[in-house]
Amino acid sequence: MIAVVDYGVGNLFSLVCSVRSLGVEVAVERDPEKLSLASSILLPGVGAFEDAAKLLASTGMGDAVKEQACAGKPVMGICLGMQLLFDRSFEYGDHAGLGLIKGEIVPLEPVIPADYKIPHIGWNALHFPKDREKSELFKYIDEGDFVYFVHSYYAANCSESVIATTEYGAEVTAAAASENVYGCQFHPEKSGDVGLKILRAFCEL
Amino acid sequence: MITKRIIPCLDVRDGRVVKGVNFLDLRDVSSPVDLARYYSANGADELVFYDITASYEGRAIFTDILREAASTVFIPLTVGGGINTVDDFDRVLKCGADKVSVNSGAIRDPSLVGAAAKKYGDQCVVLSVDIKRVDGAFHVFAKGGREDTGIEAIDWIRRCVGAGAGEVVVNSMDTDGVRGGFDLELLDAVCAAVRVPVIASGGAGCAEDFVTLFKELPKVDAGLAASIFHFGDVKIDELKRLLSREGIPVRYRDQEEKVNA
Repeated sequence: MIAVVDYGVGNLFSLVCSVRSLGVEVAVERDPEKLSLASSILLPGVGAFEDAAKLLASTGMGDAVKEQACAGKPVMGICLGMQLLFDRSFEYGDHAGLGLIKGEIVPLEPVIPADYKIPHIGWNALHFPKDREKSELFKYIDEGDFVYFVHSYYAANCSESVIATTEYGAEVTAAAASENVYGCQFHPEKSGDVGLKILRAFCEL
Repeated sequence: MITKRIIPCLDVRDGRVVKGVNFLDLRDVSSPVDLARYYSANGADELVFYDITASYEGRAIFTDILREAASTVFIPLTVGGGINTVDDFDRVLKCGADKVSVNSGAIRDPSLVGAAAKKYGDQCVVLSVDIKRVDGAFHVFAKGGREDTGIEAIDWIRRCVGAGAGEVVVNSMDTDGVRGGFDLELLDAVCAAVRVPVIASGGAGCAEDFVTLFKELPKVDAGLAASIFHFGDVKIDELKRLLSREGIPVRYRDQEEKVNA
């Protein structure tokens, strides 16, 4: 059973439906105690980092996700959920994340050309770093496959954990992993068949 | 590289797609859910569901349909029509919409865009504008293009983006229905005014019109159309192949290319 963490941020409808379409049992979890019952955990999120980080703390979900991740359970953050897995974010200030992946969240704006639009919205291609083995998460997809992005901030200073990048006037972290903890900046639940293949690979970890 | 998006728009009234739809391989040609599945399988990058229902009952049917579409089609869904309050955002987002398009609602209540962006994020708020030339100036029209508001369009778009609109759909009433191509002059003016994605709407008559759009105006992010897709005049997979051969980045991979990658 896959747990989708419900801590009051964003819309879980599509994520739950997409995992369910794979024939996998899904539970939307509001109770931090119950995360221990899941075989793996999905951490969604949209909106502002600070608000989401506060909700993770106040609901007790942040500690529960951390505990399960440290016990070796597969955890995957999506979009803002991915960013929350990092050490800190500089979105409107300086805010602590869960610290499960080394690195920090910084704005796209200073690293991309002035005529590139912000947010980075749309379908962009995934590239796998050539100096390391392709992540298990991508075992069913190919170099150059397209996924759907919507974001204005990205993960930086995390080169050792990058498992996919995308090109948007600069090389941008598209996915990262640190042992059993994974993060996708894009939305697999909105990325058609390619996205479903990524979710399937995660469910099989 | 970010790809140009091709977006079919489905007008839905009382749970059925309005405008004749003619696909032989569709069981039910006016079922929004079947049509959404068909477009998704054929390479649509995103779908717009436009609710043109007037009645309260019709609105409830619409949200049921949206829920069904969102539970089987896993590409971004934008919903528009009848969005006048933040509660309307809430209603469609809960049923699986990813983005919400506001048009007349933003004109009636200029604080709506800002309030919705604050609650759901800029990426969620799509400003849709019906624009027509009046005495040489671009005017914003309301109520489905029936009423000239007298508001200057470029200034209106700039203000709404400033308030938090994350994307802009530019619907040219001058080119809409004419099938002579997109309104490049208007789109160029909008692209010069804002730094958020711009979606061109109104005027596409054939696949080449999309090639011209993206070649002439590389800053335009997406092309939206309804009847040319519904009538089967332009098939999305064929349009993507054409754009790809013309060197325009699109989400399209033919088998040969994939083998060589």
